[in-house]
Amino acid sequence: MRGVFVRDLRLALRRRADTAAALFFFVIVASLFPLGVGPEPALLRTMAPGVVWVAALLASMLSLGRLFADDHQDGTLEQLLLSVCPLPLIVLAKMAAHWLCSGLALTLVAPLLALQFGLPSSSIGVLALSLLIGTPVLSLIGGIGAALTVGVRGAGVLLSLLVLPLCVPVLIFGAGAVDALAAGLSVGAHYSLLGAMLVLSLFAAPIAAAAALRIALE
Amino acid sequence: MQFSKINWFKFAAPQRFYRLAGQIIPWCGALALVLTVIGLYVGLFLAPVDAQQGDSYRIIFIHVPSAWMSMVIYLAMAFWAAMGLIFNTRLGAMLATALAPSGALMTFIALWTGALWGKPTWGTWWVWDARLTSELVLLFLYIGFMSLHAAIDDPRRADRAAALLALIGAVNVPIIYFSVTWWNTLHQGASISFSKGATIATPMLLGMLVMALAFWAYAIAIALARLRVVILEREQHAQWARAELGTV
Repeated sequence: MRGVFVRDLRLALRRRADTAAALFFFVIVASLFPLGVGPEPALLRTMAPGVVWVAALLASMLSLGRLFADDHQDGTLEQLLLSVCPLPLIVLAKMAAHWLCSGLALTLVAPLLALQFGLPSSSIGVLALSLLIGTPVLSLIGGIGAALTVGVRGAGVLLSLLVLPLCVPVLIFGAGAVDALAAGLSVGAHYSLLGAMLVLSLFAAPIAAAAALRIALE
Repeated sequence: MQFSKINWFKFAAPQRFYRLAGQIIPWCGALALVLTVIGLYVGLFLAPVDAQQGDSYRIIFIHVPSAWMSMVIYLAMAFWAAMGLIFNTRLGAMLATALAPSGALMTFIALWTGALWGKPTWGTWWVWDARLTSELVLLFLYIGFMSLHAAIDDPRRADRAAALLALIGAVNVPIIYFSVTWWNTLHQGASISFSKGATIATPMLLGMLVMALAFWAYAIAIALARLRVVILEREQHAQWARAELGTV
């Protein structure tokens, strides 16, 4: 399991362009919104949590295709299915490596984008923490979608179509946390629900993704 | 009658179920028609005018049954998909694929009639509260199910992958149902519950229940009809299917 994790990280580091591309996509999408709706500061400040979260969601969807596709093409995935280590644990290792290269990177860049939108620093902290708890959930649930669409024609758009409805609660509570702070309400409830979703998906998503991989590869 | 002597999988054979479905469909269709006439009569003529909404509330006799059916059909779809996965039968998965379009249609009707109802009463076509949002997510789940099944070429792999997706999405149905108690929503709360009984007038309740049964019978009839088509498509290499299609 540690072997798979380290291998995936090493492969991702060798192809830094993939991670960088997803990151720049995140920045570009988030920057498009002020250009579209106009530069009025109050409007941007209200929009910021939602826009940053949606951009993070879309950037994660883009990079999820890579989770199993490369291994499927060169036959490594079939070897992983045959290994002694339980498949859910291997899948969890891959999802963890994926999150370190995509979700964590997005979380670290998000405060800069929040500054672009004029969010106050307390809100930026809440946004960053909500992304920190929420992006692993995106990697986990997205991993199920990636496993279901391994080797399928047109997998990229199909993956987004399948995963985005399942990620709606994460989006609602993640962006809602920052809105709650702005409205003066307690943020703890949102964090708790995000944390609950993280724990639930940590348990269930690797199992579901492993089942999906077995279905995909028979 | 000994439990172990019953052949539980007798109708898991597509050929047998094809004939059984053919016998069920006319009855369910007739039942749906009769119940619809009765339900609409009760709803449109017998039920009293509402104190606050006047006559515009009468869309409830389409809106609530279709919303109930959208959830029931999703649960049925997930159930039969699970049966197909567990027992490795073809028919379970075929029934799930036959149910999906009906469920999506019910969800769409619920959303559309809800919007038509919301405009005169709430003043808006749409609001992003918990119930409407989760019902919209249900529509996306149905579409995702159908897309995934259509995208994979191998039918058995498509069946199993879509079945897994249906099971994962089943977690949304309780969220829709309990959304009005868990959140402060614009959508009204439950008027009918198992613990408290009904809080709406009896003729209205009666009309709603009759229409719900009508929609249920319709859904069964149409899903079985679609299933017959799916069975013929998938079994077209078999002798009985070719005889049925008249191409032996």
